[in-house]
Amino acid sequence: MNILVALAAVAGLFVVGMLGGVLGLGWIFGVIIPSLALLLFVGGMVAKVMGWSKSAVPFRIPTSCGQQKSLNWIPHSRLENPHTPLQAAGRMVLEVLFFRSLLRNTRAELVDGRRLVYRTDHLLWLAGMLMHWSFLVIVIRHFRLMMNPVPGFVSFIEATDGFLEIGLPVVFITTLTFLLGVSILLYRRLTDPQVRYISLIGDYFPLFLLLGIGLSGVWMRHLDKVDIAGIKELMVGLFHFSPVVPDGISPVFYGHLFLVSMLLAYFPFSKLTHMAGVFLSPTRNMANNNRAVRHVNPWDYPVKVHTYEEYEDELREKMVGAGIPVDKPLEKE
Amino acid sequence: MSKFDEPDYYKQDELLQIDTKPPKTSWMDTPVDFRKGTYIYPGKAKNLKVVDLPNPREWAVEDIDWSLPEDWQRIVLEGMADRLVKYRSFKVFMDTCVRCGACADKCHFFLGSGDPKNMPVLRAELLRSIYRKDFTAMGKIFGTMAGARPLTEDVIKEWFYYFFQCTECRRCSVFCPYGIDTAEITMIGRELIGLLGLYVNWVIEPVANCFRFGNHLAIQPHGLVDTLEFMADDIEDATGIKVDIPINKKGAEILFVTPSGDFVADPGIYTCMGYMLLFQELGIDYTWSTYASDGGNFGLFTSHEMMKRLNAKIYADAERLGVKWVLGGECGHMWRVIHQYMDTLNGPADFLEIPKSPITGTEFKHARSTKMIHLMEFVADLIRHDKLNLDKSRNDHINVTFHDSCNPARAMGIFEEPRYVIRNVCNNFHDMPENTIREQTFCCGGGAGLGTDENMEMRLRGGLPRGSAVRHVQDKYGVNQLAAMCAIDRATLVTVCDYWAPGVQVTGITELVANAMVFTGEKKRTHNLRLEPIPGMDIDDDDGMGAEEGASLDE
Ligand code: HEM
Ligand code: SF4
Ligand code: SF4
Repeated sequence: MNILVALAAVAGLFVVGMLGGVLGLGWIFGVIIPSLALLLFVGGMVAKVMGWSKSAVPFRIPTSCGQQKSLNWIPHSRLENPHTPLQAAGRMVLEVLFFRSLLRNTRAELVDGRRLVYRTDHLLWLAGMLMHWSFLVIVIRHFRLMMNPVPGFVSFIEATDGFLEIGLPVVFITTLTFLLGVSILLYRRLTDPQVRYISLIGDYFPLFLLLGIGLSGVWMRHLDKVDIAGIKELMVGLFHFSPVVPDGISPVFYGHLFLVSMLLAYFPFSKLTHMAGVFLSPTRNMANNNRAVRHVNPWDYPVKVHTYEEYEDELREKMVGAGIPVDKPLEKE
Repeated sequence: MSKFDEPDYYKQDELLQIDTKPPKTSWMDTPVDFRKGTYIYPGKAKNLKVVDLPNPREWAVEDIDWSLPEDWQRIVLEGMADRLVKYRSFKVFMDTCVRCGACADKCHFFLGSGDPKNMPVLRAELLRSIYRKDFTAMGKIFGTMAGARPLTEDVIKEWFYYFFQCTECRRCSVFCPYGIDTAEITMIGRELIGLLGLYVNWVIEPVANCFRFGNHLAIQPHGLVDTLEFMADDIEDATGIKVDIPINKKGAEILFVTPSGDFVADPGIYTCMGYMLLFQELGIDYTWSTYASDGGNFGLFTSHEMMKRLNAKIYADAERLGVKWVLGGECGHMWRVIHQYMDTLNGPADFLEIPKSPITGTEFKHARSTKMIHLMEFVADLIRHDKLNLDKSRNDHINVTFHDSCNPARAMGIFEEPRYVIRNVCNNFHDMPENTIREQTFCCGGGAGLGTDENMEMRLRGGLPRGSAVRHVQDKYGVNQLAAMCAIDRATLVTVCDYWAPGVQVTGITELVANAMVFTGEKKRTHNLRLEPIPGMDIDDDDGMGAEEGASLDE
């Protein structure tokens, strides 16, 4: 059910975009909607991150995944259990760039009906890496359409990405790896009973959206062979705040652009905020140096405790009887 | 006939029929099955009153009406709003989960029960769905379609059930790509239902005791003296050494704080005897405190505020007694509080000095602010400097494995110190498989206030992953003892081992250390601290102690 809703939503959105193109609503679907979407994305993400930052970090609660720093002859695990902010930054780099924690993934299995074993399971890591890194490269490649002249690093990435030199226009490796990555993620979500049980519409929707964006991109580049010059004119105009809407752009492009706009607009209100959230996770971005450097809780307040005086007052007689030293002597009657 | 709160009641074959197939109904439409043996009894009104908690009353989990306060919804939602601002962890964890499922089969309760709501991700969704409904635009607009649901009494019951089926062990957070720590969500969840007066007695009675008497077990000061003297007698029987018992001694150099489980429960008491012997042999100037007679802190399982209230006594008594620094015994959750919270909650402790070993002169700079170190850090340093006279062979009949307790593992990272110590006092040591130790260690199934008998089915289920790993080294290497530096472990793992790996006994590390130590002026050591004869040591009649004094170790 959730799957169908998400799939129908994405298909519907694509059709709406195409219709926009067919009906010649280039200004709305090529300029206004993408601009609003981008605005929503930037504004929404800024608001989201500001919202998170406004919440306090009362305690330093890193999850330690390696040996602590203690005695100097015991090797300390700097990246798994950072002791300084710099080491914590190193840990974050591993998390953000290489999904370090997912590399630990295992799959538990009960064998012989009684023994639990844990097999390494790198499929999620692999699919995640394929999808995210390809997505990044693809986004960078798209700068070619938004900038004049094309920056050197964009051309470089594009050339490297297309080194297979198969097909005309050349097939980029990241196109394939992106689609593969998304497909594996989708496959996993559909076939793993546990993952499927926890999946919401909001989990299928971004996957279908990414798949739709990818497939419509392939359609434009390799099947429809759309008018790149016109598209570039539109995009460059958009990014230089002097929009123009050239004629003759394929409706597929409007479908593609509309899906991208939806992705941007949807981003700040969904789980996709994990992109920023990962940087603010207190179990990962803090140094585990709690006993060396005091952490201050900004909203700390005094609490009611049972003081030693109250304790002794209640128990003085018994303490004295047991020969335990007391602060105030027993009152003699 | 055994009852639901006894291990025998549960047939292994039946427990091992773990059905991981999710139910047909969506989790939001699957009500909680309050089955005896899987939940914990409510906090008694008298205990809530001791620490001024809201809505004290007598109620039962089986009741239809849990007699919540009239405006309970407002209380919960305001409590959430408040905590979303106070805890970035809570807010970020509410927003960032992608439901990738990496954490799903990392929880011992899911592995042992197959209940999908014991997947950390779904445990968090129980709360996240309410967050969506009342705090996010998507949830407000799209409702159920966006994974949101309204806050009903059934939701509260579900929270009560599942937040007390989480031992706050943090294993899930090791595997989550964003470090989402379901323990943190459970802690907040427990605070929220706590606002309605929903506590479990196994947590809140120790809390009330701890507040009033300084320890969970309500041991009064004279009782503590008796207990320690009793142990001193046993120590003398086993070793011929007479130990001093410094209590509330002003001007001592070191305050020693340990969990109160070490005072009463077998086998924790042997570890406690080990502490006393060790300090005696070293001749260090230390003191026990009756006011700070528990390092354990069930406040951690109640609320951040309660944790602070109960923990204040440690620094307070350190200051009153005028000690230089604090040494902490073998405890698990106590060390989460000491390491990650104490300085923030109750510090700064600038009246103390940086811990420095009076024997080796080592300065423990990593504890320069908290001024408190772990006994294993202290002992590892002693052994490294060759300051202990050890005869490992006295432990030769023991084949030991080591259980990393959740909190020292994942909220501190003390992995090598205990292993170094164990290797130096035992010839036979074998680690369990790597996915079950260190940062990936499995909980005993009874932490965070779950270690009570009425919860026996869940404890056995949650103990399965640990038990299975113990069984593995038992079969493979002939392991017959499991060492754990945690008082809860020393209670709960006895049950887990008896059930899943019968024949494996549980011990603390200091017990092993003391059994291997050669003390100045000791008598011929024929018996260990449990007063069991040590195999290979001839028993002559001169001390008049026969083998019948204790059950011999099975080998
Ligand atoms: C700093 C940037 C980012 C980091 C570190 C990051 C990290 C991750 C990780 C670790 C996962 C979980 C594993 C997986 O499913 O691959 C994930 C899932 C996901 N990410 Fe990202 N991500 C980032 C940016 C993005 C962006 C820009 C997008 C959108 C295009 C995105 C879309 C997704 C989606 C859709 C999933 C869910 C996959 C599933 O359904 O299983 N991420 N991300
Ligand atoms: S591993 Fe983290 S992101 Fe993935 S489902 Fe679990 S809590 Fe959510
Ligand atoms: S903290 Fe431990 S018990 Fe709680 S959900 Fe995570 S793995 Fe399970």
